[in-house]
Amino acid sequence: MEVKIKTFGAARDMMGGKEVMIDIEGNDVAALRKALLGNYPSLENLRSLLIAVNQQYAEDSQSLNKTDEIALIPPVSGG
Amino acid sequence: MIEITSTKIDREKVLNASAHLEGGAICSFVGTVRSKTANKKVLRLEYECYEPMAIQEIQKIIEQAKVKWPVLAVAISHRIGTLQLGDEAIVLAVSTPHRKESFEACQFIIDTLKQTVPIWKKEIFEGGEEWVSAHP
Repeated sequence: MEVKIKTFGAARDMMGGKEVMIDIEGNDVAALRKALLGNYPSLENLRSLLIAVNQQYAEDSQSLNKTDEIALIPPVSGG
Repeated sequence: MIEITSTKIDREKVLNASAHLEGGAICSFVGTVRSKTANKKVLRLEYECYEPMAIQEIQKIIEQAKVKWPVLAVAISHRIGTLQLGDEAIVLAVSTPHRKESFEACQFIIDTLKQTVPIWKKEIFEGGEEWVSAHP
């Protein structure tokens, strides 16, 4: 399944685009995480990498649909 | 009031929005751009935000604060885009019946915001730039 990912901050710099398409084997957040680290090994260098689905932080077991709004959330630093 | 803005924060507007007739205390916090970080000379900061999620996460923090303290009103304005030295990045104000809980709730909200809300800042300093907290 191919999904569209929004990227921000350090993760965007590493992936070279605000939105990227990525093909995942499986249909959950864990499968997406695996595909991301396979395609963009430098993401391993981040202190943490959370994934948000439909604007909510998601667990690895959460399943994904093609229409979901998916975002990579590198370590936040607001304030 | 929760606001993400790309222009200078209106401090007065934030304080006014946090006012409540049952409140006896308003505690405010202002986060500003400082000129030094770990002995590096900072030139400017660049903030970005995943806005719809950021607003929802801020709402969650306010709800958590209301469980812990008798919070009457909260107003938050966070600036994004390019900020120069001395600029205000966030203005936050909390009103409660008495001062002690306003200090505690204000600290809880800013501390939690820094941990959970999807906003990022890049420091541009002399000789380089870096997304804050991105790397171990």
